[in-house]
Amino acid sequence: MSALVDLFTVAAVSAGILFFLAGVVGLLRFPDALTRLHALTKADNVGLGLIVAGLLPQASSLLEALKLVLVWLTVLLAGATVGQLIARVARRAGTRT
Amino acid sequence: MSFELSYELLVGLLVLTAAAWSVAARDTYSATVGFVSYGLLIAIMWMQLQAFDVALAEVAIGSGLTGLLLLSAAARLRAAEARVTSRPPVMLRIVAALACTAVSVSIAATVLRLPESAPSLAGAAVGALPATGLGNPVNGVLMAFRAFDTLLEKVVLVLSLVGVWSLAPEPGWSGRPRLLHPFADDGVLRFLARTLPPIGLLFGAHLMWNGADEPGGAFQGATVLAAMWLLVLMAGLGEAPRIRERWLRVAVVAGPMTFITVGLAGIGVAGAFLAYPEPHAKSLILFVELPMMLTIALVLALLVAGPPEPTAGP
Amino acid sequence: MSPTTLFGLCGAALVGIGLYGLLTDSRLLRKIIAFNLVGSGVFLLFGVIARRGAAAELFGDPVPQALVITGIVVAFSATALAVALLLRLHEAGGGATFDTPADEAGVKRPDP
Repeated sequence: MSALVDLFTVAAVSAGILFFLAGVVGLLRFPDALTRLHALTKADNVGLGLIVAGLLPQASSLLEALKLVLVWLTVLLAGATVGQLIARVARRAGTRT
Repeated sequence: MSFELSYELLVGLLVLTAAAWSVAARDTYSATVGFVSYGLLIAIMWMQLQAFDVALAEVAIGSGLTGLLLLSAAARLRAAEARVTSRPPVMLRIVAALACTAVSVSIAATVLRLPESAPSLAGAAVGALPATGLGNPVNGVLMAFRAFDTLLEKVVLVLSLVGVWSLAPEPGWSGRPRLLHPFADDGVLRFLARTLPPIGLLFGAHLMWNGADEPGGAFQGATVLAAMWLLVLMAGLGEAPRIRERWLRVAVVAGPMTFITVGLAGIGVAGAFLAYPEPHAKSLILFVELPMMLTIALVLALLVAGPPEPTAGP
Repeated sequence: MSPTTLFGLCGAALVGIGLYGLLTDSRLLRKIIAFNLVGSGVFLLFGVIARRGAAAELFGDPVPQALVITGIVVAFSATALAVALLLRLHEAGGGATFDTPADEAGVKRPDP
């Protein structure tokens, strides 16, 4: 049972890291601010979500698990807002990279 | 090479790259963004050094608040900086580079020759920790063993706020600090400024309360509170207070005054300035930390907000 | 080489990088950033000394760590004061450096 849980953690965290990697590649390769944001926000949200999901079974208590979920939700909130704000500035400034 | 060492090598390279970028970038705004990422990266270094309290302080103050301060200054100075085109002559830059390399090399040589049995006060600090009732040795040092440093640091904060305020032109004294808020009328930022502060307040209080036994403490908690207030101000949901307000001035000195009062009482009760009577040490420390946290939060936010500016109307 | 030494060398390099920026960039805000880098390099050296002083079941000596936390707060206060001075200089017509560019000189003087 515990081996199965560990396997799940490894799989989920690896998948999360893969999303982050994809996000970084997008950030470096995409042509302008809006597409880069697109790559970055998707990777952040899903990647961190997968990592948190993978770590949940490893949490020693319910409180600790809730804290992990709270971290994810806070990052979602902040990431979504900042993404919007950057996109607005980018649109205001035209298609400058 | 072990995994650990190669990881640390990578972190070190990233830190140095970010540092070099924040010196070399042509545009100051980009340099500041480099400095913020540098702060986040160096916090990873502090984690590797097992100094979690320092990592928290670095992320919150060194990267977060300093970053906000520098970014808004860079935005205000953008036009003036664009006019600066002259660079020092190549010769001078080469001499400066050589001199700086010499400084770095001599510090590096010192690092490589540090004495093998490193001097340490860890034993003494941990040995005396039970008397304070705290479980986090770093906070024990801050609040008890070297409380004098911490008290003077509060005084430095208040003095630099006085310094910043005294830069206001005469009419500014009846005004309030005005932050740059490019998104003041923006619904998205307003939404964040309404949603995040309750979480932030809880987190700040958690950091301070937990700081007694685990990494965290009054500084780190206060910085989170300051950040929440600044978010509300930047979203245009509130205004900074007029610096004439009496409550504001009382609040700014409340933390250091409580500290000094408890310290003076220590002379009578425990025999020395800033000494705590043993059975009540922890409750006294918390009693000092609470007003101190509010003062720090207020002063940090006001330092970022800058000198007051004249406002229209009464 | 131990990781602690590695970070110590990074601290030494940071002091050098910051010092170079401080000396060669005429823009004052850049000098402030560079000075923060120097400070942060010195803090890192403190951290290395703290880590080496690991004893009594601790991973590091808490005394230098506490000093660094105090140092970070003081560095922030100094930075805030420096930025406020710089912005005031700018408002008073001083531009973004200590040099007075010819086209700006005498345009605006500080309030008496």
